Amino acid sequence: MNNTQTIPTHPRKPNWFSRLANPGVFMGWSRHWIRPLALLTIVTFAIGLWYALFNSPADYQMGETVRIMYVHVPNAWLSQMVYGIMAVAAVGSLVWRHPLADVAMKSAAPLGAAFTALALFTGSLWGRPTWGTFWEWDGRMTSTLVLFLMYIGLVALWNTFADHARGARIIAIFTLVGAINIPIIKFSVDWWNTLHQPSIVTARGLTMPASIATPLLVMMLAFTLLFFTLHFIAMRTEILRRRANTLERQHVLATAAANKQQAASDD
Amino acid sequence: MNAFLAIIRRDLILAARNGGTTVTLLAFFLSIGVIMPIAIGPDKPLLASLAPAIIWIAALLSTLLGLDRLFLDDHEDGSLQAYSHANASLATLALAKLIAHWLITALPLILATPVLAVMLFMEFPAFLATIIALFLGTPALVALGALGASVAVTLKRGGVIAPILILPLSVPVLIFGISATNSLAGPNASHSALLFLGAFSLLTIAFTPFAIALALRSAGE
Repeated sequence: MNNTQTIPTHPRKPNWFSRLANPGVFMGWSRHWIRPLALLTIVTFAIGLWYALFNSPADYQMGETVRIMYVHVPNAWLSQMVYGIMAVAAVGSLVWRHPLADVAMKSAAPLGAAFTALALFTGSLWGRPTWGTFWEWDGRMTSTLVLFLMYIGLVALWNTFADHARGARIIAIFTLVGAINIPIIKFSVDWWNTLHQPSIVTARGLTMPASIATPLLVMMLAFTLLFFTLHFIAMRTEILRRRANTLERQHVLATAAANKQQAASDD
Repeated sequence: MNAFLAIIRRDLILAARNGGTTVTLLAFFLSIGVIMPIAIGPDKPLLASLAPAIIWIAALLSTLLGLDRLFLDDHEDGSLQAYSHANASLATLALAKLIAHWLITALPLILATPVLAVMLFMEFPAFLATIIALFLGTPALVALGALGASVAVTLKRGGVIAPILILPLSVPVLIFGISATNSLAGPNASHSALLFLGAFSLLTIAFTPFAIALALRSAGE
């Protein structure tokens, strides 16, 4: 045994990073995480909604409509966080060809699009009573809309690729280009419409009383947990879908080979 | 450097001998300029104030139209494979493709802008500002569009998806381009929008060749 030390006969135990990349290992541990995560999400939502709807004061200017904020701000926060997660996954996919990063990137895109759409929708519902309009070409709203269009483009791009591995690399490049561009777009849009009304959220964020900050933070946590729960489920579904595709392909090939053999023996 | 110049030369010769692309794009660009007044109505001051926006939209759409086949022909006839074995890096060759493409598609549009300016009743200062802004902004449009084209090389329905990907990214070009035109021609001229436009173009040209090279390499795998 001593003289074989220089040439390991079996592969080294993979480090934590490689183990993280293995979809099989992921399927193993993520199974036990989904129910606790879902339960935690529900509990946090219950607490947050109770605070937001019953145990927080109405705003002296906006009245009861201030409660829309507890749904709107978490969605707006997620619309940006999800893109950040996709960008990190894109780096993982490009640099290490991390198979799980591809899956994470793919399953985050529709979720990000949904949260961004909800942020725009709740924002316009909130804008109607407070600003008197459903839509304003305000800098923040416009850049969120552009972000939504980018999510839609990425989802559409994923749907056009039949080959996952090649598609993932190309989409990762595009995700990163988008990530570089988002701050520029945001800057340009703010610069374009400097006449927008002072942003209510940041204005309140600095001087927010605890009675409003607490439900807001709880709701942000709840939505973030909701995203992670949905993302885990979506990732597991994607891995299973890929396995099913592989099995199907193998089955078709095996049947074709068997038929050929049958035909050959018949002759 | 030889390969760099050779690719520019080759693309220019191909464009000159086929001729189709440039003429089609020019026709498209001018048609948008003709369609817009018909839709808006022959109101002189209104058209004059909308003219920079119309010209920029026409330039953006024409650029997107022309990008469809930028890398597709090279992919189909195997030139892309040859590029990846050249002694210059793929990013350098992508930059050469960009420059050639700008010369073939964007430069003729800029040169045709006077026709639109006359049809849209533009004042001379506004016209001059639009020309300068187009010179600074179209490189970014071509570079972003080329990125879309490189992403779409392997897709059968690539022509449809590339504009969806590119349009959100070209928001800064439109914003800075049109404000550059408006602020240069206005009573108190300011260069800041023009400088931002130039900065965005330089940044885009500096980064996109690498992203294009990565995308083309994965497409060739």
